[in-house]
Amino acid sequence: MSRNALYNPACEALPRDELEQLQIERLQSTLNRVYRSVAFYRTAFDANCVNLEKIRDLRAMRDLPFTTRDDLLRSYPYDMFAVPLRDIVRIHQGFAIAGTPVVVGYTRNDLRNWTECAARVLTAGGITEHDVVQIALDYGLLPGAPGFQQGAELIGASVIPASMTASMSRQIAIMKDFKTTALITTPSHALNIAAGLEEMGVHPERLQLRLALFGGERWSDELQKRIEEKLHVIAIDTYGLTAIMGPGVAGECRQRCGLHINEDHFIVEVIDPTSLEPLGPGCEGELVLTTITKEGFPLIRYRTGDITSVNSEPCACGRTLARMTRVSRRTDDLIFFHGVGFFPVQIEKILYEVEGLSPHYQIILDRQGDVDTLEIKVEVLEDIPSLDEIKTLEILRNQVARRIKTVLNLDAKVTFAEPKSLRSDSGAIPRVLDRRPG
Amino acid sequence: MLRLTNVEAGYGALRVLKGISLHVSQGEIVAIIGANGAGKTTLLKSIAGILQPRSGTILFDKQDLRGLPPDRIVQLGCSMVPEGRHVFPTMTVKENLILGAYSCRGKGQTREAVKASMDEVCRLFDILKEREHQLAGTLSGGQQQMLAIARALMSKPRLLMMDEPSLGVAPLVVRDIYRTITTLKRDGLTILLVEQNARAALAVADRGYVIETGQIVLEGTSRELSDNREVQRAYLGKEYERIDE
Repeated sequence: MSRNALYNPACEALPRDELEQLQIERLQSTLNRVYRSVAFYRTAFDANCVNLEKIRDLRAMRDLPFTTRDDLLRSYPYDMFAVPLRDIVRIHQGFAIAGTPVVVGYTRNDLRNWTECAARVLTAGGITEHDVVQIALDYGLLPGAPGFQQGAELIGASVIPASMTASMSRQIAIMKDFKTTALITTPSHALNIAAGLEEMGVHPERLQLRLALFGGERWSDELQKRIEEKLHVIAIDTYGLTAIMGPGVAGECRQRCGLHINEDHFIVEVIDPTSLEPLGPGCEGELVLTTITKEGFPLIRYRTGDITSVNSEPCACGRTLARMTRVSRRTDDLIFFHGVGFFPVQIEKILYEVEGLSPHYQIILDRQGDVDTLEIKVEVLEDIPSLDEIKTLEILRNQVARRIKTVLNLDAKVTFAEPKSLRSDSGAIPRVLDRRPG
Repeated sequence: MLRLTNVEAGYGALRVLKGISLHVSQGEIVAIIGANGAGKTTLLKSIAGILQPRSGTILFDKQDLRGLPPDRIVQLGCSMVPEGRHVFPTMTVKENLILGAYSCRGKGQTREAVKASMDEVCRLFDILKEREHQLAGTLSGGQQQMLAIARALMSKPRLLMMDEPSLGVAPLVVRDIYRTITTLKRDGLTILLVEQNARAALAVADRGYVIETGQIVLEGTSRELSDNREVQRAYLGKEYERIDE
């Protein structure tokens, strides 16, 4: 396959007018379906006086109500499925927010479309049947690792489901011995691997690695360059989210000027997160996605919370699919750390349950060498106890750290601070300090 | 090749099609499946110009078909095989076929050209050649269906629309008809097929749409539709695989 290979040229290079026809057809049938089979949408459309017969073109999408993450959380586990459970062949779950995860079901067709979307994204990034693909992502309930795996297998690549839990020395030994050519992981884990290589004295040139694809975290151009230098690879960005599908929503091609969105499966909009008005091409705002082929878990105008802009100019790679810029910010305070997303309020909730701690805390994200670190600084209620009570304090700290690990799957360093010590001059505590460069 | 957007149509106060959007690309077989009364025939009639849609656009090779009379639409290359055949029973097979070329008169259709088309369609259905002088009304149901298809082909269409070709014919003949449809596709014809017999239609079609109460509720490749459990329950029958054997 050439550098600019397309997995499915018939769909990825469809003339825009044909693509729009396909989108409106699929949108209309999706709307008719969700209105008939998802109580949430029937109620939402009726409450907003939406007449589905008036949705005659893509511009009319603005008349449809949004779906938010809170709607999904309220639907736990199956209330927003559009088919009976017996038609579902796979269930995944996103990371839990405030204790409730998003549960997503896939029908047989959904799995097939998902697999193809992932294969397209991987092909766009440069993966071919000759690659040995090491997937260093968490193989749990999250759809990330299996999504990439299915796509890579469809292309015909050799897949190593190394997962993220393998020890670093094992991860690197696999990479060396199995002659891995492509790595799929999160940016922060790639830095961990780079640090591990250094520690073990393995020069990247002694590996066969040529390509790395990333998902699951926001990252910057600078970080991309750093990873490329450290691992001697081309670093490619992909975009996906559990609620919509998992990996396969969008991905960079080798022109690396934006991530191509699989628009024959998703309708993309960018809105002003405050006024909720749609924004034009090239304007930065919140990404809103509508699934138009999903049977099991279709979503209408889902607000992703991710900030980006979209451009539908043709790309030199031959794809006519619109491109979104790398997501570098969010509309809310969701924090990504080692591939896990969490909100400060979740930390707050855990601290609240522990006796002796104040609700005053600070989340500090930093990078030591190339490894991201997470520190939770909490003010204790009383003055820091005397030396003989340090042991009690130690127990308390371990308890908090363990609780954070159990509930949020985060490895955090917990430190205690004296009362009122965290406040800045203005009296407010900066809740999150993200000192990670890039 | 054919592109419908938001087509609404009905009879009097009755609204049958409630905003249908679909497309058929060059060389494809597209199946429309749905229950009785879902609006399948109304859809074909709207495309063929027999029924004027109330709103929406119907583009055939970028030309809007709305408002055009049926014969003009046939001239543009879009022919229809109606449900229930509707061959002329008191005319011979040959006369029925010649009538099929009627709307193309004056379009450079010489007597020789009509003869050539007739030879061509008779090659496809050799039974018609054998019985060219027989009255159409005396043919079996299956043979009448073949004649209706052959007659539609006489106008040399680029898009052939078929309404329930398997309705009321013996299972063995259904197989023959569908074999013919496959041959026509191989010869480059684009086909829009309306069927209650979803299993037969999906077996030959590239893509399909499911229509329910005048709305499209599902779209996809034939494989996707066949794998959809709702389609299996509603249109293929629970044990459709066993029937297949």
